[in-house]
Amino acid sequence: MNLLITDARPYGEDAVDLVVRDGVVTEIGSGLAAPEGADRLDAGGRVLLPGFVDLHTHLREPGGEESETIATGSAAAALGGFTAVFAMPNTDPVADTDVVVEHVHRRGAEVGLVDVHPVGAVTVGLEGRKLAELGTMAHSRAQVRMFSDDGRCVHDPLIMRRALEYASSLDVVIAQHAEDHRLTAGAQAHEGVVASRLGLAGWPAAAEETIVARDCALARDAGAASNGRLRAGASMLHVCHVSSARTIAVLRAAKAAGIRVTAEVTPHHLLLTDASLTSYDPVHKVNPPLRTAADTRAMREALTEGVIDAVATDHAPHAAQYKDTEWSAARPGMLGLQTALSVLVHTMVEPGLLDWHGVARVLSERPAEIGNLPDQGRPIAVGEPATFALVDPDEVWTVRGARLASRASNTPYEGMRLPATVVATVLRGRITARDGKVQQ
Amino acid sequence: MRHLLSVTDLDAAAATGLLDTADRLKQALLGREVRKLPTLRGRTVITMFYENSTRTRVSFEIAGKWMSADTVNVSASGSSVAKGESLRDTALTLSAMGADCVIVRHPASGAAHRLAAWADRDAGTTGTRTSIVNAGDGTHEHPTQALLDAATLRDRLGSVAGRRIGIVGDVLHSRVARSNVFLLATLGAEVVLVAPPTLLPVGVAEWPCRVSHELDAELPALDAVMMLRVQAERMHGAFFPSSREYAVRFGLSDERAALLPEHAVVLHPGPMVRGMEIAPSVADSARSAILAQVANGVHVRMAVLYHLLAGAPE
Repeated sequence: MNLLITDARPYGEDAVDLVVRDGVVTEIGSGLAAPEGADRLDAGGRVLLPGFVDLHTHLREPGGEESETIATGSAAAALGGFTAVFAMPNTDPVADTDVVVEHVHRRGAEVGLVDVHPVGAVTVGLEGRKLAELGTMAHSRAQVRMFSDDGRCVHDPLIMRRALEYASSLDVVIAQHAEDHRLTAGAQAHEGVVASRLGLAGWPAAAEETIVARDCALARDAGAASNGRLRAGASMLHVCHVSSARTIAVLRAAKAAGIRVTAEVTPHHLLLTDASLTSYDPVHKVNPPLRTAADTRAMREALTEGVIDAVATDHAPHAAQYKDTEWSAARPGMLGLQTALSVLVHTMVEPGLLDWHGVARVLSERPAEIGNLPDQGRPIAVGEPATFALVDPDEVWTVRGARLASRASNTPYEGMRLPATVVATVLRGRITARDGKVQQ
Repeated sequence: MRHLLSVTDLDAAAATGLLDTADRLKQALLGREVRKLPTLRGRTVITMFYENSTRTRVSFEIAGKWMSADTVNVSASGSSVAKGESLRDTALTLSAMGADCVIVRHPASGAAHRLAAWADRDAGTTGTRTSIVNAGDGTHEHPTQALLDAATLRDRLGSVAGRRIGIVGDVLHSRVARSNVFLLATLGAEVVLVAPPTLLPVGVAEWPCRVSHELDAELPALDAVMMLRVQAERMHGAFFPSSREYAVRFGLSDERAALLPEHAVVLHPGPMVRGMEIAPSVADSARSAILAQVANGVHVRMAVLYHLLAGAPE
């Protein structure tokens, strides 16, 4: 794939032209000529970033095609500036065998808009009792690099210990949905003033904090037992969707102690709070729940500081019949792929908590490292893959769920005006999205 | 007033207005041979109950009938709900049939709010502006219960403002407690919640009330005490060790009732667990207003239907 990109500002710095040959950047400079048969992308002085990597996406296929498919989810990803997504295994059937993960991987490649990396289940059927065949999935054609029972916590401490130990020989990471279900039985909302007034059973922050503390201790011991066999910088334990300020303190201490733990935060936990629950509209229902303004503040600080490594969307499409119900009957989750950048710019870039290098770090470089993707999250430099998101930081847009590419429309940002749009997405030299339309 | 979903829909004037209307309706029916007012003739009122309830459903039904409305009762087990129809479709179907008012009880907190939002959004399609009345939603609210409690307190104590009301028991799971705390505060009463810490919601400190764990210390200064039903199953969630211990520490025994001032009133929203939160002799004593609550319930619900469907009187 040959491409000439003109007048682009890498990381918001001085404008340059980039020549791409066979998917790789071969020249960076000014007044560069297009190679033979090259596509052209006039960046118009907009910001060029490495393509975004989402560690946490629900593409719903197989089994949940009324809410999303690999095709519609890939389109949403490309339009959101993503060049790689990790697809969570809570499908039907569950992605707990090489057969299912290879199917998801192949469908992703056929659609071709974004690298789809299936996440394998840690336990058979996500049931928390028996380890799934991690090695078989890791060595399958899908090359699974992350395992998670997301949606459920690997609750049994012995199973979690074995998973971490076993994974240490496979160069893969265990991503934990940290929720002590004994503390969250029937939980519907963040345990606090709002939920109490609304009569919604509370999800206490301690249910997240305690599992993260336990798992950090298990990861410490599994890391020590691995006798230095681990890849430099590899994460053993990745904490999904951190939502509580309390958890940050645990992560900070664990990282300071040298434990190989990483963490992600979702865009919605950076921006939204439980104050939006008073309408009882389940579009705001998500697990872990929206918490308080003090929590969103702590998430933002931790992301600046690097205690939280990455932003991951937890993109969770749900067809209308699963959301247009009473609160307790609704499924948890919200769309995220096409709004992630805008929420990050709104919550982090505009207040000066992150610069464009910081955006590249949390949306691309760190997620690629955690997910062990060697050709994603790379620097914008000669010899590197031409995998980019071109961002217009000055454009303001109004979110409309019905206009998003996902099959479902459950966005909590409906009607909100947010900054920054993705003008184009480039995957190994090929334009996958441009001016709000996917390029098949 | 378009819907009655929460007591926070009512300011002090609106709440007092409803209580005054209830009083007038009570007087209007007093001594009548035919207990029937023509006010809501031709209006259709549907009760839609997704939880078992005799008291509240019958009370609403009688209220509607005494106002000459056509009342229809839908129960979850005997309808298409059993076939898996969604709450929204059931509600819109009733709206399209011309229901002027749907009175709903549902195990999900916020169910009445959702129905009201759908009713408003789809009024153009269904052709009816249906009013929704919350007859109890999950552990959220039960506004007409709080109104009938306020009516009873007004009858017995002369006023609600300035009175000290104790609410005792399972506040955490109680929609009656939530509606009462906020309505009584709006009406100027001083509210004290008495319960073990396990049965109080997180964040209760932000509510317009005081919290106590010692019933005996509170009783001598109360003008009224409202005992909440405590389900014995709660001990399985480790909310308290045993029914016996609960009854000993928080039950309104004869000895405890004797600590109350002479004029103080005992309320219970029902159904009672006699011997658990309240001794039978206290429930049946002269200071018990439990049956007056039931009687007032009909008049308060008549007033609510009147204000919703015919507009508040001048």
